[in-house]
Order: sequence, then structure tokens, then C-alpha cells
Amino acid sequence: MPATPAPQLPGGPAGRLPATFHVPGAASFTDFLGSHDPSLLPGRRPLPAGGALAPELDPPHATTIVALTYPGGVVMAGDRRATAGSAIAHREIEKVFPADTHSCVGIAGTAGIAVEMVRLFQVELEHFEKIEGAVLSLDGKANRLSTMVRGNLGLAMQGLAVVPLFAGYDLAGRRGRIFSYDVTGGRYEERGHHSVGSGSVFARGALKKLHRPTRGVDEAVATAVEALHDAADDDSATGGSDLVRGIHPVVAVVDEAGYRRVPASRVAEVARGVLDARTADRLEEGPS
Amino acid sequence: MTQQFYVSPEQVMRDRADFARKGIARGRSVVVLCFDAGIALVAENPSRALHKVSEIYDRIAFAAVGKYNEFENLRVAGVRYADLRGYSYDRADVTARGLANAYAQTLGSVFTTESKPLEVEILVAEVGAAEEDDQIYRLTYDGSVADERGAVVVGGAADALAGVLAEGWRPGLRLADALALARRVLATDPADPAAGPRRDLPGASLEVAVLERGLPRRSFRRVQGELLERLLDADDPTVDAPRTPDLLAPAEAPGHPGLPADTPASPSGEGSGPG
Repeated sequence: MPATPAPQLPGGPAGRLPATFHVPGAASFTDFLGSHDPSLLPGRRPLPAGGALAPELDPPHATTIVALTYPGGVVMAGDRRATAGSAIAHREIEKVFPADTHSCVGIAGTAGIAVEMVRLFQVELEHFEKIEGAVLSLDGKANRLSTMVRGNLGLAMQGLAVVPLFAGYDLAGRRGRIFSYDVTGGRYEERGHHSVGSGSVFARGALKKLHRPTRGVDEAVATAVEALHDAADDDSATGGSDLVRGIHPVVAVVDEAGYRRVPASRVAEVARGVLDARTADRLEEGPS
Repeated sequence: MTQQFYVSPEQVMRDRADFARKGIARGRSVVVLCFDAGIALVAENPSRALHKVSEIYDRIAFAAVGKYNEFENLRVAGVRYADLRGYSYDRADVTARGLANAYAQTLGSVFTTESKPLEVEILVAEVGAAEEDDQIYRLTYDGSVADERGAVVVGGAADALAGVLAEGWRPGLRLADALALARRVLATDPADPAAGPRRDLPGASLEVAVLERGLPRRSFRRVQGELLERLLDADDPTVDAPRTPDLLAPAEAPGHPGLPADTPASPSGEGSGPG
């Protein structure tokens, strides 16, 4: 495998900015990288020959993300566990990120590649905004992410798939919207709620029963935390709230004012409320 | 067979410098000055779409005078430089000094090797943690760099206007006072700077932006519309732009808005078990 060259920073003839920096037109950072230094792009690196990755190299996987809408915007939450095979690789990984001021992205799949993709996506949106002097529409952002997921198809076929979940506040339509993706870059708008990752089946079941799209943000946050709890209950790769260590899901709210992360103390309160309610239900049923 | 006349290198350079200077002198000036809560960039520019002042990175802004297509090209190159560097290393590793160096090399190299020098003059500003840490670099058409302190004006009549600016500027200005000073400088007739402002510059003819001090991420804000009018109005009590709430800050930071307060009162659904 060829060694990855060092990133080409300004250092062209006599230190002047390289010619690719001066090409007019492109407002996309990914396109610029593609012409300047493709090796920096996640999907453009030469793949090692041979099939899937050896099992002993199993890299950490990020798991369950849930997102749901409420009248003023959208809530996204992710658990904190990364797994490598049957072992827990990390207890405090964060999988929900702000993409820009009015959108967020949650990741499931191979953690290293997913985090790199999110970083590139963040720069992509900011770069467009700075070059063009205008913010991309929410559909435009969703389509850019779709292109990035598609660029990762080669790695996905070797078992290093990344499946993001994208949500944001549509400033034109004045509502929260959720987009899901498949490994080929297919983009699907979801109605009301969605979940991705290994625990998504269980989380989606919970969301179906609990999600009431007309209720306020507090209930939406509680529903997201409860859905993650249900996913952790049945999926070994999803972490629940760790009351001993004080590790709780990352919960983000995106509304007209922008992206906000719900304070950890507030999430802890909500998580404890969910657990207390379940304990009470259990006691009511009597000893089994 | 034609024989080329010998022209001394000094003459060639002088001609090129004169050419560039004439091009720059046709444009209107730009003022960049530090105030207590950041750096203000003020240009006389009636256009809402073609900017003379723009964002490069988290704490770095760009202001230019001269030929629009030439400085726009440099601005885009600067954004690409900054984003590439921030993506390859870290956001903290993008500095105004590095960008100013890259610009200086580019301008200098074009000046000496290409048929026509760039008719631009550029300011690169970086807001620091305190007013002493603010950096302003001034780059001229031949690639020379000057490290400016406090306040600087560029453009055709910069030499004449620099005195007016230096006289009025002092550390710790409020934003309204800084903008008033910048407007006074831009409205002064360079032929007779002692006579004071000769023209009336309404807020709509100014392009104003600030780099806000103390934000962890993007600190470039355009100041326009009603807020700009209120800041420029000497009778209006507004002297500062409202602080931008830092939406991307760690949620535990003091003053973080947390959840929106205006949500319908509900029992938070905490008591409800699974369906």
C-alpha cells in the first residue's frame, strides 16, 4: 500500500498559494480537495487488495441514533457506546454532531470513517457558506451528505460502512426534517421519527409507541432518551444511561434559533425519570 | 530585425508599482480598527452583493481594496487555504500570520514574474483573546507585509487618511465610537484631511463587519440594517452590538440557553412508561 503523502499545504513555487487555490467557480470543499489532494478524501484512498477486513482488525462501531420531530424543530439523540466485536471499545464516544448552525448529523457504523466524514461535512457546509456568502438549503445539505456516503461505497463493501442520520430545521419551510441514508448514498426523507444503527429496530419500536409529534420539546427529549433506553435493553452494542459513571446520551435540539446540545445535567434528570417510572411500574406489578 | 530597448530593472519595477498604485487609488478606502469587544472592518461599499469585507476562518477576516476580480480570487484562495489547513491539522492551527505569509508570497511572486501586478491591497485581521493580542496585517501589491497596531486604513488615499485615523483611535473604544471614527475617516477629503469630513455617508453606503472577541468558533458577524443605523446614530443609546449566543459551546457553560423556555408546559413525559 502506498504511503499517504503529507497534506499539500502552501509551498508551491516560492511559497505562493498553489494554482488549484485560484481556480474560480467551485464552492465545494470536497471538489476542491478532489482536485488539490484527493488522498485527503475518505472515499478516494487506494483500497488494500483482498476482501473484507480481517476480524482481528475489527475497528470500533458506533451504534444507535434516534431522531424525532416536534412542532418547533427536531431532536436527535445518540447513545455513548462504541463496540469492537463483542467488546466495548469506548464508553463515552459522541455520535451526534452539529453539521452547521441549523442542522445536526448522527452516525452509525465504522466510527473512524464516520467521524472523518462528519468533519468533512462540517467543513463542506462552512466552506460553501463562506465562498458563496449564502447558506445551503436543508435539501442541499442533505444531498451533499448523500454524495459523501456514496463516495464511501468502496469501503462499505469491505465491511466499513457508515450510515448517517441527518436532521435539521428548514428555515424556508419552518419545520424540523429528518433524512436517512443507505450505504449507496440513497437519501430518504423520514416522517416524524427515525433511528439508525444496531439498536434501531428496538428504538424504532419504542418511537412508534411513544412519539407524539404535536407535543413540545421536553416530551420529545424524554421520548428520545426512552427510545435509546429500550434499544440498550435489547441490543448489546447500545449503551444505556450509566448512572454510576454519570454517562448519559448526547441529546441535541435544532429549532429556529439553531443547534443546541441539551445540558448533560438535564439529560441525566430525564434519564433518571425514565428509570424511576419503569421501576414504579415494575413494583406495581408486584414481585414475580 | 527589431532590437529591444534596454530598460533597467529599477525602471521596470517602478513602472509596475506605479501601475498597481494607480489601480488601487481609483477604489475607495477600507478601515480596520480594534475596539473593546473585537475588530471592526468598515468599507465604503454601496453594493450588498459584492463584498469588500469577508470571513476567512474562525477568528480571521479579510478586507481589500482594488480590482474586485483580483481580490475576490485571493479571498477564495484564502478560504481554501484556511479550510484545508484546519481540516488537515486543527482549527486552532489556522493563523492570520500563516495566511498573511501565503498572500505575501503570492502577491510578491505575481509582482515580479507575471506581466501585470495585482492591483490590490489587502488587510488580514485576527481577533485575539484580549485587545493586545489582536493582529492586523497589511499586504501591498508587491508582497510586502506590515504588522499594524490598533487601526489601519488602506486604499488610494490611505496616506492622507492615516493621520485622521491615528488621531481619533485609542485602545478600548466602544463599537459605536469605532464606527463613528471609521465613517469620519472615510468621509474625509484626502486632498484636505484637516478640513474634517466633507461627505455624508449614510449607513446604507457602508459595509460593516466585526470579529467578535471571545467566541470559540466563527466570530465574524456582519453588522447591517437597523442595528448599524442605531450604532451610527449619535443620539441613540446603542453603543455595542448584542453578544452572539454561543450555540455550539459546551452545554454546561454558564449562560448557555439550554432548552428553549417557551415550550408548552407538559409533565415532560417522564412519568409515562412504555406503551
